[in-house]
Amino acid sequence: MEKQPAIQLKNITKVFGKVIANKDINLTAYRGEILSILGENGSGKTTLMNMISGIYFPDEGQIFIDEKEAVIASPKDAFSYKIGMIHQHFKLVDVFSAAENIVLGLDEGKYNLKASTEKIKRISEQYGFELDPEKKIYTMSVSEKQTVEIIKVLYRGADILILDEPTAVLTPQETEKLFNILRRMRDDGKCIIIITHKLHEVLSLSDRVSVLRKGEYVGTVNTRETSEAELTEMMVGKKVDLNIQRDEPKDTQERLVVKGITCVDRVGATVLDDVSFTAKSGEILGIAGIAGSGQRELLEAIAGLQHLSSGEILYLNPKTNSIENLRDKTPMQIRNMGVRLSFVPEDRLGMGLVGNMDIIDNMMLRSYSKGHTLFLERKNPKDLAMKIIHDLEVVTPSASTPVRRLSGGNVQKVLVGREIAASPTVLMVAYPVRGLDINSSYMIYNLLNEQKAKGVAVIFVGEDLDVLIELCDRIMVIGSGRITGVVDGRTATKEEIGLLMTKSKHSEEDAGNE
Amino acid sequence: MIIQFICRAILLGVPLLYGSTGEIVTEKSGHLNLGIPGIMYVGAISGVVGSFLYENSCGNDIAAMNPFFAVFIPLLCAIVGSILMGLIYSFLTVTLHANQNVTGLALTTLGIGLGNFLGASLINITKSELPSIALTKTSSFFSAKLPFADDLGWFGELFFSHDFLTYLAIIIALIVSYVLNRTCVGLNLRSVGENPATADAAGINVTKYKYIATCIGSGIAGLGGLQYVMAYASGVWSNNAFGDRGWMAIALVIFALWKPSVAILGSFVFGALCNANNYIQGLGTETQELFKMLPYVVTIIVLIITSMRKKREHQPPAHLGLPYFREER
Repeated sequence: MEKQPAIQLKNITKVFGKVIANKDINLTAYRGEILSILGENGSGKTTLMNMISGIYFPDEGQIFIDEKEAVIASPKDAFSYKIGMIHQHFKLVDVFSAAENIVLGLDEGKYNLKASTEKIKRISEQYGFELDPEKKIYTMSVSEKQTVEIIKVLYRGADILILDEPTAVLTPQETEKLFNILRRMRDDGKCIIIITHKLHEVLSLSDRVSVLRKGEYVGTVNTRETSEAELTEMMVGKKVDLNIQRDEPKDTQERLVVKGITCVDRVGATVLDDVSFTAKSGEILGIAGIAGSGQRELLEAIAGLQHLSSGEILYLNPKTNSIENLRDKTPMQIRNMGVRLSFVPEDRLGMGLVGNMDIIDNMMLRSYSKGHTLFLERKNPKDLAMKIIHDLEVVTPSASTPVRRLSGGNVQKVLVGREIAASPTVLMVAYPVRGLDINSSYMIYNLLNEQKAKGVAVIFVGEDLDVLIELCDRIMVIGSGRITGVVDGRTATKEEIGLLMTKSKHSEEDAGNE
Repeated sequence: MIIQFICRAILLGVPLLYGSTGEIVTEKSGHLNLGIPGIMYVGAISGVVGSFLYENSCGNDIAAMNPFFAVFIPLLCAIVGSILMGLIYSFLTVTLHANQNVTGLALTTLGIGLGNFLGASLINITKSELPSIALTKTSSFFSAKLPFADDLGWFGELFFSHDFLTYLAIIIALIVSYVLNRTCVGLNLRSVGENPATADAAGINVTKYKYIATCIGSGIAGLGGLQYVMAYASGVWSNNAFGDRGWMAIALVIFALWKPSVAILGSFVFGALCNANNYIQGLGTETQELFKMLPYVVTIIVLIITSMRKKREHQPPAHLGLPYFREER
């Protein structure tokens, strides 16, 4: 059967100020197929899709829907063309119920939540969603919120669905469930466009792949006829070695022993529940888990930024062979105890660096107390800044540029560079490659490996399970603040980790049902 | 005595009810309008100017005054005056993305200054000995009781003896409550205050909702000023007599947990608290001042209790006080 083109883009160009976000893009998506838009961060995928969903308006070019030219000037226009977009950052009102969010902005004449609830239930049954329409958004898991987003566009009768990085926040099991639903929609004749930078998902889900690079359209290939290597080359523009090296850990010693720590947050919820583990020198310990399972609190507890209600954190000092308890110490006290702890937090410009200060000043944040005179000592930080810029290939006009003006990858290099320069014995990194392009990501992986070779105990919180499995020696899985398992990075499978990620949740639910 | 106390509390509470209903509507669109005291002040003086002109045009003869116009003209003036203030606020904060707190405080200063200027001018025109203008004739139309109130004893006094603006305040609060919770418009408005980016993506005109909510809110608040002059103060305007009722209205919003229906009861509680010092015997001047603090103390207690209970439905709109830039999503 000849496929019907659902949407065609012709010579689409979009410019923001001086930045060309999209240049001359031509693209066709058919009904009854899943098209992947593949590209690195900043390659213009989301901008392009925002133009289809009416959030931006293209500066040049035309959009055709069902082979008729369409003007999409607002999200409302997009709805009228039956286009629905599921954004990466969910656009939901937290204090509303699922049903209220779904009918929001709809002009159905009468406000009748009961009838809407019935319709939502029908849609859920048709495609196999599980959703309670009366549940409030803020009590939902990420996966449930995504379900609400998808039903929201289906409710509006969308038959062209655009999903922006839908799997970034899901476990492998949830991802598989989502993919099954998407396949069902495709078989139902809908046109599905999925934006992603995860190659294996592209290969397992989509029928065709269109690749963007730096705002330009590179080409489209049939998924069946392509390979990971070819797609990467299209994405990056040059051949990239996708293997992350992993040496055998040498001469490992216990460095950090965490014993039964429990942490309660401001609202009274337990965010860390009896967490115990050991980090060894010369190895990379990965931490996997659904976002918000306690990873941040765990690292902050070690760094001295969280108050613990029980448990202890022991540091085995390699120089003096003494054992120090880091519990309830401030970062400054920890440093004064001679513990060389470096922390690359996930919130780079909030906790790691000061956006309005330049690279040199940011270096000084770690060294300002070293001076002995009344005035700040600026020479060493400046040398360090120049060294980081040179060694890590930071792209910046100068060392005195405010870091907030640098791109995400360069900000991360400055932060990691500074933390590594403190020659730590324990290095904690949280989502260090989030938002980074492939080249920068691999540079960060190499830096971590270097530290590992130097005998540093590296703790790596990651979200991409493929990377965790390739990079880490051991992977600890955290679920709802509990350690649900520790697996060997060399033998673990994604499915195994995925099950561990949701384990504690399910056991809780079972207990609740009894 | 008790009936009198309650009636007095209601009379005192009504301006607060108008102010807080208006502020709730505004805040539901994500705008913290600290200009409410100024807006209520302007509403009051606009009504005063309107009725002053009408009384003069009738030659200060109550027989020549048409009851409908005597009520309608000040009412219209109060609404128009306060909506103009609301327009200034929304232009600055919605279109120009100015800081809402600063804009609101500036508007309060402006409103009170404007009110005092107009008030002083009117006093000057009448060449009055006292520093006040008496519009008792207009006031008599405003505070006309229902005819059968006196026949029903305490029951009539409690429920039917109030001026019509009191009933209007309750009706408006109930309508606002219904619109917010039971209609599409209300759902859309709440979503604008909670998460404007979501509302925008859902095809809701965020700017329009913010403007309309702010202006309607200001209009409602302005009526509170009018009620104060015409019913509470029996038509006597003197500069700065309005006091801190505007701030109390904003405190009442928090007390009522952003629910107009709760604000109705809350306003009476506030009215009672404000008035308690007059009904307790043997208080010194300094203790009286302490009693006047009660509404604020109660508000703080409510804040503490609600933040301890941590129920999300009892929190202010999530995007309250934050400007919305479309491109920054």
